[in-house]
Parts: sequence; structure tokens; C-alpha cells
Amino acid sequence: MTNNQITNQDVQHLAKLVSLPLTDDRLNKLVDQITTTFEYINTLQAIDTDSTQETNQVTGLENIMREDVVEESRMLSQNQALQNAKHTHNGYFLVPAILE
Amino acid sequence: MLLDLSLQKLLAGYRDNSIDPVEVIREAYHNIENHSQELNTLITVRDQAETLAYLKTLNKTLPLYGLPYVLKDSYATTELRTTSASKILDDYLSLYDATVHRKLKDAGAILIAKGNQDAWGHGASTENSDYGMGKNPWDPTRVVGGSSGGPAAAVITRMCAFAIGEDTGGSIRNPAAWNNISGLRVTYGRVSRYGCISYASSMDTVGPFAKSVEDLALVLSVIAGVDKYDATTSPKPVDDYLASLATSPVKLRIGIAPEMFADRLDSEIATNTKDFADKLASLGHELVDISLPVAKMSLATYYILAPSETSSNLGRYDGIRYGGTRALFTQESMRRIMMGSYELSSGYYDAYYRKALKIRTLLLQTFQDAFSKCDVILLPENPVMPPLLGDLIGDPLANMLADLYNTPVSLVGSPSLVIPSGFHKNGLPIGVQLVGPKFSESLLLALGHQYQQNTAWHTRSPQL
Repeated sequence: MTNNQITNQDVQHLAKLVSLPLTDDRLNKLVDQITTTFEYINTLQAIDTDSTQETNQVTGLENIMREDVVEESRMLSQNQALQNAKHTHNGYFLVPAILE
Repeated sequence: MLLDLSLQKLLAGYRDNSIDPVEVIREAYHNIENHSQELNTLITVRDQAETLAYLKTLNKTLPLYGLPYVLKDSYATTELRTTSASKILDDYLSLYDATVHRKLKDAGAILIAKGNQDAWGHGASTENSDYGMGKNPWDPTRVVGGSSGGPAAAVITRMCAFAIGEDTGGSIRNPAAWNNISGLRVTYGRVSRYGCISYASSMDTVGPFAKSVEDLALVLSVIAGVDKYDATTSPKPVDDYLASLATSPVKLRIGIAPEMFADRLDSEIATNTKDFADKLASLGHELVDISLPVAKMSLATYYILAPSETSSNLGRYDGIRYGGTRALFTQESMRRIMMGSYELSSGYYDAYYRKALKIRTLLLQTFQDAFSKCDVILLPENPVMPPLLGDLIGDPLANMLADLYNTPVSLVGSPSLVIPSGFHKNGLPIGVQLVGPKFSESLLLALGHQYQQNTAWHTRSPQL
């Protein structure tokens, strides 16, 4: 769709993929905003990059390793790990059911 | 006001007992009480009695002893909640400290508040906050800038001695200029991001805000360096940034690209930036023409890479281990997440994400060519003056364009120093960017310090 209009269905599909609930009002606004933004971004297609390599990062560093050891001072207790969870049960995180 | 003094003067006063750090901290709280709520500067403030009790426990010989500071609310802290300005993390209390916070604490500085920002770093105005739109202390009908707007405003209103922001696509530089303070985007990898809530990991950097370049140098000397918890930090030795200020740089070649003064730049900002160049010339530096036709393509590239990276980084906010549900993301954040997911998706990856990675290579080459002809590049900071509250948040393209001169630097990983350079006829401050090759912080700070020794723009603060 690099040259096509983005549709309501496209945005609804995207919202589902990234697990974002959309109101109708927000959906309509987002369709317009995403279309405008892509119009700007699509100007890049005019730049020739056929013979250009990709740059994935700019640190100049490679293969930064550390010893694979447990740092006990940074370990969380079970209570600490659960401290910020909204829903817990018997010392576990409670997650939404994914099967009907 | 005691908080008008430089960090070194405050510290010297603490050492010879001519200044009481308690008075300085009280002054900061006084300014917080008078202005923070009205301007939406801070999200969470530490209890004053707790701060003063903590001060008593500190060793007076520590390098930043007793200096009160504000962190952008994107940094994990065990003392105060960390919201990233989103209701998703409204009650999130971190179990560990970000490295930058740990280093400042170990140096004797005291966290007194967490600053407002655009949620998750998504914005250039601090309008995209669930804790109220950040207002500009110079004109509260206008935006404060962003995304690190709160910490920047906290420095100019003297709610703290210095602050820490975070810059991905201009989030330190833009509010530094719009608040009349000094701000530094560091070389990618110079300061650890451990404990900083990620926006776009290939460009996120941690850097200081302060009243002067001299103060920036002192803070940077504490926070820079390799961190075993952030594998992108550089093992390069950290310079003695304060010492580098002692010798004024001689006859630097200052690169100026005509393309960066084109159509979208406010004419007064353009004139101001040229006046700044003339001032550098009068200090003995040489102005050289360079070619840097990269602003528009950088912005487009940034708006592929940053949403792509944030769509991945924000995938972890599922409301299970911590935080509220994804329905609490703002429209601005939802748009960025969805666009990023689209740009990374099968069928569009080559056209968008891979294309952006290739353009990043072209940008690196262009900057490399430019730095073969000059030592430092002078750029305008913001293309426009701070818009009225509400104007940017409703217009994604205008919001993007605020970072027109910022994103090229972000994409190549260079450091950029923003310093105040004068005032617009509307009474609001203007700043410029000095950009150098990677790890040239010492050079940029020395040049900025030289300018501030010869001008007084940076000493002005708003009538509140």
C-alpha cells in the first residue's frame, strides 16, 4: 500500500494485531492521521538505495559478552515480583484466559 | 536566588559553609509549590521532610553533594513512582534504580521530583501527557517542548539545580531551546540507558539539562561511562569534561549547511542562528560551507524507525506483570504503535523498515563527508517557536516537523549541544545546536562554554 489510501479495515486489522481497542471516533481520526503520515514517509521511495547496505546500529560495538552467572543481589523475591501486578492468585500472576 | 548559582559555586559554598544546602533545597520546593501545578512541570514530588532527612545522611565530600535534581519520569526509581506520563504506569513503583539515577545518588545528588513528558517519549511538546499538558514558563499559553518538557522547565524555573532528560529524536534539544537552558544529547552509547523506559532503542540517549554548559560538563562527568547492564555503552574512557572547559578552543572550522536554512525555518530563528555563527567567527573560529541535504529524508526515516521500535518496545505493556491495560494508551501512542507494526509487517518490511536502514547508511556517509570539512556543525534547533497549547497534538505532521533539525543527528548517533542564543521578538527564547563527531562532547562543551563566557543569553529566566 505504499501508494494506496489506508482504509478503516487496515487500521482495524492493525489495532487487532497490536491489541489496541479503538473507539469509532478514534478509528476515523487514526485513518486520517496515518494516511497523512505515510504520504510524508513515502517520499523516501524516490531515493535510490539499491546498492546501499543497511545500518542496524551505530555503536560500532560487536559481540558484547558477559559471564553467564546469576547475580543474587538483583534477584527479586516472589512478593517483589508480584508487587506491581493488578491481579494475582496464590502467588502467581493471573492472566486473561485465551481459550473459550 | 541561590539556585541561580552554578553547581560549582553551590558546591564550593557547601564546602566553606557559606551556603546551607538546606536553604537551596527549600528554595527548590518553594518554586515547585509556586509553579509546578500551574505549569504541569512535575508528575511526582518527593516529600520535603524526607528529602531533608536524606540530606543529613550524605557525606559532604561527595562530588554532587546535596544538589537537588529532577529526572524525566522515564527513569526507574525506587523512591518515586515511574509513569512515563502514561496512566498505564500510574501506580508503578520500580524495584530497582536506573543507572543514571544510581550514579547521581552515589555522587551525593538528591532526587526531588520526576518531570512531566510526552507519554513514552511520543511527542515534541509534552502535550501527549496523561498528567496535563506541559506549559512554557515563558508563556503558559504555549507548549513547553518535549518530550522532556518537564525537566527542562524545572531547570529554568529553579525547581532543581539540574535535571536529566532523554533524547531520541530531539527530546532534550527541543525543550532546552524553548526554555532557554543548556541541554546535551550525548553520543549514542556514552551514558547508560539501563532503567530508562525504552522508546526507540537504536536512538535513545540519556543526557543532562542545566543552566550552563559548565554545569552540563560536571553532570556528564558523573553519568557517562560503560555499564555492564547496558551492552550498548561504549568502553571508551570518559573525558575530564570540566577540565576541557579550561582551554578555549582555537580556530575551529564551523560547518554551516545552506540547506538547513531553507523554507520551513522561521525567519527570526534563521537570522539568530546566523548571528550566532558571526559571534563564533568573532571569537576566532572559521565558518565553512558544507552540504547537508538531509533534513526531510531524516525526518521520514525517523518516522519509520522510531514507530517500528516503539511498537516492539511497548508490546510488553500487557497489564499482567505490572501496569494497566493497553486501552490506556493515548491516540498519539496508538498511532505510533500501529504505524510501526505496519512498517515491520510482512510485505511492507522492505519498502519501509529496510529502506530506512539503508537511508541511515546514506546519512552516515553524508555526515562523514561533512566532518571531513569541519570540526563542528552549526544547526538551528527548532524550526518554529513554541506553538499554542493544543496545536501540535492535533496535527501529527506539525508535531513531526518540530524535530526537523534533530532527527538527522539522532540517526547517526552524534552528540549535539543545545545552548541559548537569543530571543524572538515575541519574547520567547531561541537555541542553536552544535553537532560534533561521535564522542566529541569535550569539544562541543568547550565551544559552548566559550560562547557563554562571552554572552549572557543563558543567564535570563522568565518573570513568573
